Amino acid sequence: MNPTTNEIQSIAILPELILSVAGIVVMLADPFLGAKSNRRPLGYLALAGTVAALFATAMQRSSPGASYFRVIQVDDFSVFFHFVIIAITAVVTLSSLDYLEQQRIRAGEYYALLLFGTVGMCLMTSARELLMLFIALEISSIATYVLAGFRLRSAASAESSLKYFLLGSFATAFFLYGVALIYGATGTTNIPAIAAKLAEGSTTGLTVMALALMIVGMAFKISAAPFHVWTPDVYEGAPIPVVALMSTGPKAAAFALMLRVLFGAFGSLNEWWMPLIWVAAVLSMTLGNIGALMQNNVKRMLAYSSIAHAGYVLVAFAAQKEAGVSAAIFYTATYAAMNVGAFAVASYQAGEGERYVSIDDFAGLGRRSPVLATTLTIFMLSLIGIPLTGGFFAKFYVFKAALASDMIWLTVIGVANSAIAAYYYLRLIVVMYMKEGDESTPLLPVPVSVATGLLVAAGLTLYLGILPESTLDFAIKGARQLLLIH
Amino acid sequence: MVPVSYYLVLSAVLFTLGVAAFLFKRNIITIFMSIELMLNAVNLSFVAFANMHKDVSGHVFVFFVMVVAAAEAAVGLAIIIAIYRTRETLNVDRVNLLKL
Repeated sequence: MNPTTNEIQSIAILPELILSVAGIVVMLADPFLGAKSNRRPLGYLALAGTVAALFATAMQRSSPGASYFRVIQVDDFSVFFHFVIIAITAVVTLSSLDYLEQQRIRAGEYYALLLFGTVGMCLMTSARELLMLFIALEISSIATYVLAGFRLRSAASAESSLKYFLLGSFATAFFLYGVALIYGATGTTNIPAIAAKLAEGSTTGLTVMALALMIVGMAFKISAAPFHVWTPDVYEGAPIPVVALMSTGPKAAAFALMLRVLFGAFGSLNEWWMPLIWVAAVLSMTLGNIGALMQNNVKRMLAYSSIAHAGYVLVAFAAQKEAGVSAAIFYTATYAAMNVGAFAVASYQAGEGERYVSIDDFAGLGRRSPVLATTLTIFMLSLIGIPLTGGFFAKFYVFKAALASDMIWLTVIGVANSAIAAYYYLRLIVVMYMKEGDESTPLLPVPVSVATGLLVAAGLTLYLGILPESTLDFAIKGARQLLLIH
Repeated sequence: MVPVSYYLVLSAVLFTLGVAAFLFKRNIITIFMSIELMLNAVNLSFVAFANMHKDVSGHVFVFFVMVVAAAEAAVGLAIIIAIYRTRETLNVDRVNLLKL
């Protein structure tokens, strides 16, 4: 182990520091803007914070290792997820600027909460101590609970916030009970130390219980079936840019947490958790896709689709080994790019009071706003997994890893599910281009901020679909380091 | 001296009661309290294990759980007020605008 592990190296948490400071500055600046004035400058401030944090993350690559008394681990794995999460926040901020004006939400703390939530998500990916993981998980969750309720005049938004809060805390309690039991079984909460203890000792009932409880808690957070029931409701009521964040950021972080816990701490118990993950993967894919077929609300449809995509990532978990882990990491990044983009389109199309969110409201979008329609088509094709988009390679690597681990049935079910999923994604494209629009839905000139966000998301989706090698190499390095440390 | 297993059984019973209350109670405040009960059941486990291992990190964990629970309570009560404002009820069965 590196002799300087216990040193306090601020570079290890530099992105989080920058994001926190940006959040605090946003909070402090908020009262100086008049009550009636526009909160756009605060959004730009938040955006500057995320860009600075991205640079800080790039700097982190040159100083890997454990620090802060072996609580924080900087490696390619954490750096990869930092990039993904902070980029998500940047795009969400861009699509929030105009959304908040449209909905007449004048609150600077919205941006501050976005940044604080991001701090929690980032820490979730670099923590190697269960205490830190728990606190990071809560930082990210509490911020998103509040964000879900931000449409103050809407009863649906309050309800979404309540459901998210109650079920989220319920899940956290399960996770925490698991942590308590594993602490009881091994006498430590440090992930590598737990792994070492579990590898030498025999498996007891206590460790299996701990594992099961932690899996329940984590499955809630990634909305994997059978713990997915809250997802459509919460996504339907929350403000759309917040849904864009919730369905990608905390999820990416929760996947990172799950990778660290399952492969890091419980790596030696994989024959115990593998069947559970297998079942969760099949259920999530199937229930998610079948649920999505029946939706008319775009937010609900994308909510079910996010359940299905959690299932595909779990296929990669079940495949295990380096190939499986790197496929899961790559999938998370791709899913983030395409899903944030799809929600960015939806948030601008929704209009004041989120009136236009049913699939029929997208009719004629191809004529009304070619920019929105084209980018949304790219995202939908990528969600299906059409070649030349990131979604294709993401699915390809996942199923390749599953086949390499001799999981024929899982692969067959996964591929069949991708075929079912094509129906509802294509339906949206058909409605956009083939159906005549309602004349009363307003014409949409796309503002610069939304266009920038869409350009970034669509660019990344296509980039991952055409030149996936460098990103995949990065993911493989991250996977290797994750499996090696422990 | 009381054996550790007694504390663990008590903690498990409290946790189960919390889960049961979460699932069967209809008042939002009561549901919220059942989550607190679950967290405190976990705290009891932590303290018992910390005593068993003669290790402080379990105690430290409890402090952090309490801090987090306080933060959660602040946010949770604010959300409950928002619900009451828009709906004038605290019965979860009537908070059903979004189909579950």
